[in-house]
Amino acid sequence: MYTIGIDTGSVATKGVLFNGNIIKKVIIPTGWSPKNASKQVYTLLLEDNNVDKNKVKKVVGTGYGRVSMVFADKTVTEITCHAKGAYFINNNIRTILDIGGQDSKVISLDEYGNVREFFMNDKCAAGTGRFLQVMANLLEGDVNDLDKLAEGTAPKQISSMCTVFAESEIVSLLANGASKESIAAGIIQSIANRAVTLLSKTSIKGDIAFTGGVAKSNILKKYIESKIKKNIYTPNDTQIIGALGAAVIGWNMIDK
Amino acid sequence: MADYRELWKSLDMDLEKHDKLCEVLPEFYEDVYLSQKNRPEGMNYYNFVISEVHGLRIKELDDHKQNGGKVLGTFCVFVPDEIIFSADAIGVGLCGGSDFWVPDGEKVLPRNICPLIKASVGAKISGTCPYFQSADMLVGETTCDGKKKAWEILNDYTPIHVMDLPQMKRENDKKHWKDEIKLFMDKVEELTGNKITEERLNNAIKLINRKRRVLQRLYNTRKADKLPISGKDALLITQIAFYDDLERFIQKTEELCDELERRIEKGVGVFPENTPRILVTGTPMAIPNWKIHHLIETSGGSVVCEETCTGTRYFENTVKENNKTLDEQIDALTDRYLNINCACFTPNEGRIDDIIRLYKEYNADGVIYNTLSFCHTYSVEYKKVKEALDKEGIPVMMIESDYSLQDSGQIKTRLEAFFEMLKERKSAYAK
Ligand code: SF4
Ligand code: SF4
Repeated sequence: MYTIGIDTGSVATKGVLFNGNIIKKVIIPTGWSPKNASKQVYTLLLEDNNVDKNKVKKVVGTGYGRVSMVFADKTVTEITCHAKGAYFINNNIRTILDIGGQDSKVISLDEYGNVREFFMNDKCAAGTGRFLQVMANLLEGDVNDLDKLAEGTAPKQISSMCTVFAESEIVSLLANGASKESIAAGIIQSIANRAVTLLSKTSIKGDIAFTGGVAKSNILKKYIESKIKKNIYTPNDTQIIGALGAAVIGWNMIDK
Repeated sequence: MADYRELWKSLDMDLEKHDKLCEVLPEFYEDVYLSQKNRPEGMNYYNFVISEVHGLRIKELDDHKQNGGKVLGTFCVFVPDEIIFSADAIGVGLCGGSDFWVPDGEKVLPRNICPLIKASVGAKISGTCPYFQSADMLVGETTCDGKKKAWEILNDYTPIHVMDLPQMKRENDKKHWKDEIKLFMDKVEELTGNKITEERLNNAIKLINRKRRVLQRLYNTRKADKLPISGKDALLITQIAFYDDLERFIQKTEELCDELERRIEKGVGVFPENTPRILVTGTPMAIPNWKIHHLIETSGGSVVCEETCTGTRYFENTVKENNKTLDEQIDALTDRYLNINCACFTPNEGRIDDIIRLYKEYNADGVIYNTLSFCHTYSVEYKKVKEALDKEGIPVMMIESDYSLQDSGQIKTRLEAFFEMLKERKSAYAK
């Protein structure tokens, strides 16, 4: 008996085949059609593992493309799925900080892994992966290089949170001869400040998980840790947590 | 719809621009309202009122004016309608609820002002709201700073009388509010040429109380397990109460309530079972602002009550009737009105009590705290409300937005997640 969870995001579509444990995960680019991408993930999961589709009892969809997943038994928001996925990996987690490409959020869980409350940044790129990307482009580097660049350098203060203003601030910092390294560190610190503000909206108890594409940045993690004076935990493959949560929700739906 | 162009022209309206407004409204109404399943028959009346929103009612106001009557436009539930009606004038609520008027408002107002103020001012200066055009006098009040200063701008277009509303509720504030009501009486008498007598005021008090009672009766039907009416429809009715003909509105709403009560007896509801029940609290929703209700009810939730000025704050508590003297009547008005719990007051603990009480009365599962962008009083007050609700174990989520639909997608996701959370909680309790 299996379940499948599929998380169709704006950039990548993720899938998990599940039978109480993770059997298989796949990640493909979403491309222009979220509908095709989710179908493709579904087929890949079945074929690669020689699983008969009758053995899959539930398919649960999440992510912004969930509305187009006509073959799913149920669709659930990424917030609930994130909570379930993170809790499955580590049931001591009570707070999740998720910084993705388009938005950032904080989810607080109870001891059963149910969502207690959650907060999202409001329709603005500040403090998201998008912000990092724009800034990295300015330094003529890749997002993944920012970390390397910033390593061991004291951050240059970047005061604007707004992507547009921060951009011009950085241009003038560069013109005034500030080093790329210190600016890279400053950019990461600015994201950290946003994340800490978001975290402060909920009372932090138990372990904190840091997820989403931006969670790969070690320096960002360290900045946040030093500000909230607590260790945070970055699960491996943070990208599939939503899909995993969807699969877990499907698993809980079936009579075993 | 009959041809009202001549009438609109006589009201000095910008007809071309107004045509554009008339083009978008019906389709919007159809999407939001007529698409609902299993609506009560009685909603046909309100459909009709909306279809004639710039027609029949404006004609009625015009007839009233032709007969020498006056029309007063108001913006806040603190302004006592009783005074207006007792002088044979008609009061209409004028708040703007459409994005359509915001760009015109922004011509004379800073950008970071709440959309309600922008739309109201924009409606006037663009000459596209026949209600504004029909008003002989506007009545403002000193509530939030944005409105307070906007009156100065509106005064260039239509004479405005501003009531000085206190911001606290101590004994001397009550005295002051009583004086303000008296000043308002003088002003209305002067404008209309009609003397407000004991008898007339008594009748007006009774009439407006009847409107309040029928709205309360309507809201009572929303306490039922199976909701006989959607939140969107109930909101529409309250919004219409602000400008419709009183007697007709009361009669039609009583009829609707008969139908709803029959529905409750038969167990007919408009939502599937286990749909989360939501109490909405916060800033007013002026016609045609149906955004949050629409998003809630298309994301798997249902609205059971509004703790807003287009909800319970408008009709809860009646004015004491059968007072012997004019002075006693004014005292009764002072008491009723100063009992409204608006975030413009400090402190405003009464509102927190109201929210908790309504949450229980309407058997709600969660609270959506809705505030218009840049509304300081309501967004600051969120902290105190949330603390109190946390203590009671009542789930609450804040949504701040304006009239544009840009953020609908994100709000929908947040609402869906909130409802998933409420359902999970409920089933956890059930175990
Ligand atoms: S929210 Fe306050 S200021 Fe606004 S209409 Fe209501 S009572 Fe008046
Ligand atoms: S919503 Fe807030 S800012 Fe807007 S008019 Fe009402 S009190 Fe003022």
